[in-house]
Amino acid sequence: MDLRGARARLWADPLLLAVPALFLILVLIVYPALQTLGLSFLSKDGAFVGLKNFADVLSDPETLNLARFPAHTPPWGSLVHNAIWILLHLPLTVAIGLGLAILLRDVRGSAILRSIIFLGMVTPMIVGGVIIRFLFDENAGIVNAFLRLAGLQALARSWTAYPDTALLSLILGSVWLWSGFAMVLYSAGLSTIPRDYYEAASVDGASPLQQFWYITVPSLRPVTSVVVAMTILWDLKIFDLVYTATLGGPGGSSMVLALQMYFYGFRALRFNTAAAVATVLSLFTLVVGIAFIRSSRREE
Amino acid sequence: MGLVSQPAPYGRPAPGRQATPHAGSTTPPPAAGRGTPSPAARPLPGRRLRPAVILRHTLAWLVGLLWIVPFLGILMSALRPQAELIHGWWQLGQVTISAENFVRAWNHPTAPMGEGIRNSLLVVVPSTVLPLLIASLAAYGFLRSRARVRTPLFALIILLLAVPQQMVAIPLFRILRDLGFINSYAGLVVTHTAWALPWMIMFLRNYFATLPREVEEAALLDGAGRLQIFWHVILPLSLPGLASAAALQLTWAWNDFFMALILLYEPTRLVATQRIPLLRGQYHVDWGILTAASVLTIAVPILVFALLQRYYVRGLIGWTLK
Repeated sequence: MDLRGARARLWADPLLLAVPALFLILVLIVYPALQTLGLSFLSKDGAFVGLKNFADVLSDPETLNLARFPAHTPPWGSLVHNAIWILLHLPLTVAIGLGLAILLRDVRGSAILRSIIFLGMVTPMIVGGVIIRFLFDENAGIVNAFLRLAGLQALARSWTAYPDTALLSLILGSVWLWSGFAMVLYSAGLSTIPRDYYEAASVDGASPLQQFWYITVPSLRPVTSVVVAMTILWDLKIFDLVYTATLGGPGGSSMVLALQMYFYGFRALRFNTAAAVATVLSLFTLVVGIAFIRSSRREE
Repeated sequence: MGLVSQPAPYGRPAPGRQATPHAGSTTPPPAAGRGTPSPAARPLPGRRLRPAVILRHTLAWLVGLLWIVPFLGILMSALRPQAELIHGWWQLGQVTISAENFVRAWNHPTAPMGEGIRNSLLVVVPSTVLPLLIASLAAYGFLRSRARVRTPLFALIILLLAVPQQMVAIPLFRILRDLGFINSYAGLVVTHTAWALPWMIMFLRNYFATLPREVEEAALLDGAGRLQIFWHVILPLSLPGLASAAALQLTWAWNDFFMALILLYEPTRLVATQRIPLLRGQYHVDWGILTAASVLTIAVPILVFALLQRYYVRGLIGWTLK
């Protein structure tokens, strides 16, 4: 019996093996997601209301508070908070991740240092939120001890308890927690760049800075697109961290979309509004997901 | 210029040299991005590089210290009695190590962490084994399938990676409530399983694709069926990949909060992560209990990471970078 005959003997396409997985995915992800989409177009009584829920959500100051942004302190609305999170966190993550990967490349004990920095990625985000509160606490927090030491008494207070600093302290905490991911990926990326490139470049008289811009950065482009996509997705989906650190407060000044959806859906029982928030959130994450898939296709 | 043939090109800090035994034969890696010695500095002797090496090591270890301080903080606060911490955990005048905070957190009257950790284990183990089994079957199916639908189906699965859990929360709650699966670990396990499937199928499909085709074809010629090949050939060859997937899923299922929050609410059934927000005092924060509970909750994923570190990191890299 030849290989073709042996294959023909198998009675069906192997895709049948995926049936249990596809069934679970359909029932527990695809179907509920479509139902949420449906809910977002209905009123509380089940009547079709078009985009009314979306209009309500977007005109609600909890989502978008343009009267306060940017002239006044937060709350600026969850949509703005998520956007600020990405704007601050994304460049910091890329810069710190790449910087750490380069710094630790030839250091003794770098394996230990990498593990320490990576710990934040292993930490449950619910604990991450506790640690952020603990760090920025007026009395127990080491951040405030340093501020007092530096003579900045005015800044020493529980950062997570004040509207103007709550969001910022969370974002800084997320930088600390999340940098390990970018660092690990960049470290792996760096190790794939052939050393000959650098040797050839230095023979041609390229300075270390030029080598960085013309060899390291372009070679790491695929890694950067992974880091960027994953960081944006993480910043959009952020929930646990805010839940334990501030619960979106004080006064909604650190509210984010995912937490807002939870409050609407499971505390206020406004299912249709919650569905609209979830749909808005999913639209953003899908745009990022599709852009990432397309960019990785192009690189192949 | 003859620089390449020289064992130690100047003009670049080469901190790895002392560490590598074959320093003479290997060219030290370039330190891209650090604008230290420029071509003009080349004629200087190699010893000039020493300060750069020291600087680099100092900086690296300072960064490491900075990164571990928050963890050190919760550990110190958990291990020491509250009376000692009035002026901060970093005051080391008098250090008493005691298990008091851990005992109080473990036996907390309203949200005992001992019970929470037991519940988490009950959820996490099946939430890792089940998706591993179901996803590896599906991954193998996708890899070997010739059916036209496999491409759009696989694209759909990848797209699902971007969907936030909030998008399914309300209908999922209703479905599981109608099936009597609220407050039940079965409900949470099935949910974790479904959510693990997309990334696991993608990861394992890519892993299986690296296996040698010949072994599989030999088994086919010997008359083995698809399931037999999967069980006796593919799975045993894929243990490292399965270990990676298991390490990541174990951590993620343990760290999950949102799904547990909406599906479990009976006080005795709450998992560990759900109990932490409940430990915050009404009027003041009891940092002793809160940090002890945090240390207990973080201990399991850290243990998994420490034991399976190689698989963990490789899984993360392989999964995102292919």
